[in-house]
Amino acid sequence: MAEEVKLKVTIDGISVEVAPGTTILNAARQIGGDIVPPAMCYYSKLEGSGGKCRTCLVKVSKGSEKDPRPMPKLVASCRTTVMDGMEVENITSPDVVDARKAVVEMLLINHPLDCPVCDQAGECKLQDLGFEHGSAQTRYEFERRTFERIDIGDKIQLHMNRCILCYRCVFVADQITDKRTHGIIGRGDHAEISTYIQNVVENDFSGNVIDVCPVGALTDKTFRFKNRVWFTKPVDAHRDCPTCSGKVTLWYKGKDAIRVTARKDEFGEVEEFICNTCRFDKKETSDWKLEEPTPISDQSVISSNHYTHFNPPAVIENNPVLQEQNLEQLARTEKLK
Amino acid sequence: MARKLLLTHIDVPGIHTFEVYRQKGGYRAVEKALKTMSPDDVVEEVKKSGLRGRGGAGFPTGMKWSFLAKPEGVPRYLVCNGDESEPGTFKDRFLMTHIPHALLEGMIVSSYALGAKTSYIYVRGEMMPQIRILEKAIEEAKVAGFLGKNILGTGYDLEIYVQPGGGAYICGEETALLESLEGKRGNPRIKPPFPAIAGLYGCPTVVNNVESIAATVPIINDGGEEYAKIGIERSTGTKLISAGGNLVRPGVYEIELGLPVEEFIYSDEYCGGIANGKRLKAVVAGGSSVPILPTNLILKTINGNNRLMTYESLADGGFQTGTSMGSGGFIAFDEDQCIVRNTWNFTRFYHHESCGQCSPCREGTGWMEKVLHKIEMGHGDLSDIELLWDIQRRIEGNTICPLGDAAAWPVAAAIRHFRDEFEWHINHPQDALTHNFGLAHYADPLTPIVS
Ligand SMILES: Cc1cc2nc3c(=O)[nH]c(=O)nc-3n(C[C@H](O)[C@H](O)[C@H](O)COP(=O)(O)O)c2cc1C
Ligand code: SF4
Ligand code: SF4
Ligand code: FES
Repeated sequence: MAEEVKLKVTIDGISVEVAPGTTILNAARQIGGDIVPPAMCYYSKLEGSGGKCRTCLVKVSKGSEKDPRPMPKLVASCRTTVMDGMEVENITSPDVVDARKAVVEMLLINHPLDCPVCDQAGECKLQDLGFEHGSAQTRYEFERRTFERIDIGDKIQLHMNRCILCYRCVFVADQITDKRTHGIIGRGDHAEISTYIQNVVENDFSGNVIDVCPVGALTDKTFRFKNRVWFTKPVDAHRDCPTCSGKVTLWYKGKDAIRVTARKDEFGEVEEFICNTCRFDKKETSDWKLEEPTPISDQSVISSNHYTHFNPPAVIENNPVLQEQNLEQLARTEKLK
Repeated sequence: MARKLLLTHIDVPGIHTFEVYRQKGGYRAVEKALKTMSPDDVVEEVKKSGLRGRGGAGFPTGMKWSFLAKPEGVPRYLVCNGDESEPGTFKDRFLMTHIPHALLEGMIVSSYALGAKTSYIYVRGEMMPQIRILEKAIEEAKVAGFLGKNILGTGYDLEIYVQPGGGAYICGEETALLESLEGKRGNPRIKPPFPAIAGLYGCPTVVNNVESIAATVPIINDGGEEYAKIGIERSTGTKLISAGGNLVRPGVYEIELGLPVEEFIYSDEYCGGIANGKRLKAVVAGGSSVPILPTNLILKTINGNNRLMTYESLADGGFQTGTSMGSGGFIAFDEDQCIVRNTWNFTRFYHHESCGQCSPCREGTGWMEKVLHKIEMGHGDLSDIELLWDIQRRIEGNTICPLGDAAAWPVAAAIRHFRDEFEWHINHPQDALTHNFGLAHYADPLTPIVS
């Protein structure tokens, strides 16, 4: 068998070998950890996504082994494929950090920081991004655009105030739903996600727009404000579904499943899109075969207060010095076990 | 009198008709190319001519053509960019209106060179008169056997369609234009792939400006080498300049590249000086997106050389002390014009026209507009100048298409060269508003705009 071609790319000093055609972002995801650029508009399951929000900008300090020249501008890592010998700077480049800060500032111009009331709190990528790269204060002093909430269909609510125009829901509408009725109207910062006049979004897969929305612009009306996500317990489950794979996460509050979503990977992107019947109509435990608690990153607020099993961070396990210093934290963690 | 190649017969009555255009030697280039040259020969001549794209970026046309992918069994397209929406630029519509056959002749020659059997002229939707004129010209050329099946019996088939555009500035950006031509929203595509590999309907495509395409006619008639003798250095041939602003004689001029800027402004052959005996304050040399330069820098480069109407000389000094040929929209400002107001006005345009895909452009253009408006309306703060600088810096280079840069550069250049005017506005809000900048009637000057 012919040897598989692999390209070597180094991101923030860490090298990885990847298949040709891999983007810088996905190469970084293979390495994992802090050097993975944030991504608000790229979505691995949606063809053609990415390139828009500019949160994933990185610096290519060496183009390739063949042509070592650096790239003149920062590039969108989600849409730039790697070359053999490429060297990329992400968090090690002040330019990148500055550009990202700028993007956060721009995104927050027309996205209110109403996290305490937003239904996406705890699951919002912009909140994470703002926390990591934002400034404590905004320099924007003008009136922001505001909208009334709109029910697009009986199950989904759109709150354009929060939309960051990442186009993900538009790609969903385009790529996985029938009889598309929703898209973008208008240009620039007057652009809006909208349905055709007076139309609703109703087709078997329309609920997926909720899952892909990185902020709280599209929310599930059957779950909105029923609870905070960190008070729920997610459990993987499946059912025999004629329309989709039927593999979902059930979000329990006590004994009640109060929300059904698709299962998401570590980057918050769904593994398989699910149909509306599974999402909206099957909320009894008896509808499902339960598997096991959904693995949740201990970085996520969703994990607060519930552990599947005791799993202290690796740094405590392997590093006696740190372990010593972290005795107090360890003790606290033990108590919560 | 300077030599003219595109507008030679502009004053001949009826030159917009096939008959008169033909009498004046029109369509010779089609006969020559199709009957005596191979497509590669035509590409070679265009390469030799040194012609650079007249749409703004100045990329060598022959080289662009040679990048076109030629896979078997896949159609190739030539698309003429007649969107022309850059504020200050109005040369293409002049050409399309008055000598539409010059564009058609260029389209046929260029399509032949590229092996395109279907070509499109994309014209901004609002330009209905030009669309009608071109459609009529196509009919005439067809009847005369210069378009359609088996042109002049050479076996070459070509159809040309005129497509009204979406009426948005962004639809002039070549990939947004292709999206629009395909019937979609005019959002720029992310490159790569470039249109030469995957353009219209995913097929190899060349997008060229109206003037670039028309310029292939004299190149084929006289040969690329002859064309390259006109102009200087890497700026060969002639260039249409649309001159506007406070000039004695604004209009569309065909100049030989290499003409001193000073001569262009002041000589009677061209703009005839600044209107009403006023002094020149500043010039935007290539359409609203290129950096504005104050009088001293537009007439001379930083080294004291005469600034010439060439790609190199205008860009001499980079954006610190130079500018760009852009699309040839030459706007002169007299001493009474307000740079802050003008910058606000340009920014208003870019804000309105941003397609909204990239966060820095979508939000940043609007932010800049509001800050400039605030300064202009007498509510500015000195820190606003730094803020503006910072916003433009963070848009530039960080977006999908060059509209972000186009929005950032005018702001950067205005601050770089006219910072004192911004400061004056901020320090003397009332004076600024009554300083005969023609603003007093515009709005209640001190209406609060900050909520
Ligand atoms: C926002 C934007 C608007 C543009 N508008 C035009 C236009 O109206 N006409 C044009 O010829 N080129 C326009 N361009 C440049 C085109 O993208 C492209 O470079 C040009 O049509 C190529 O033709 P050329 O090589 O003959 O210059 C625009 C570019 C941008 C970024
Ligand atoms: S509604 Fe959500 S998914 Fe759709 S564009 Fe806005 S932010 Fe993106
Ligand atoms: S730079 Fe502006 S116009 Fe260009 S793609 Fe981005 S948002 Fe659209
Ligand atoms: S994730 Fe790459 S630009 Fe949005």
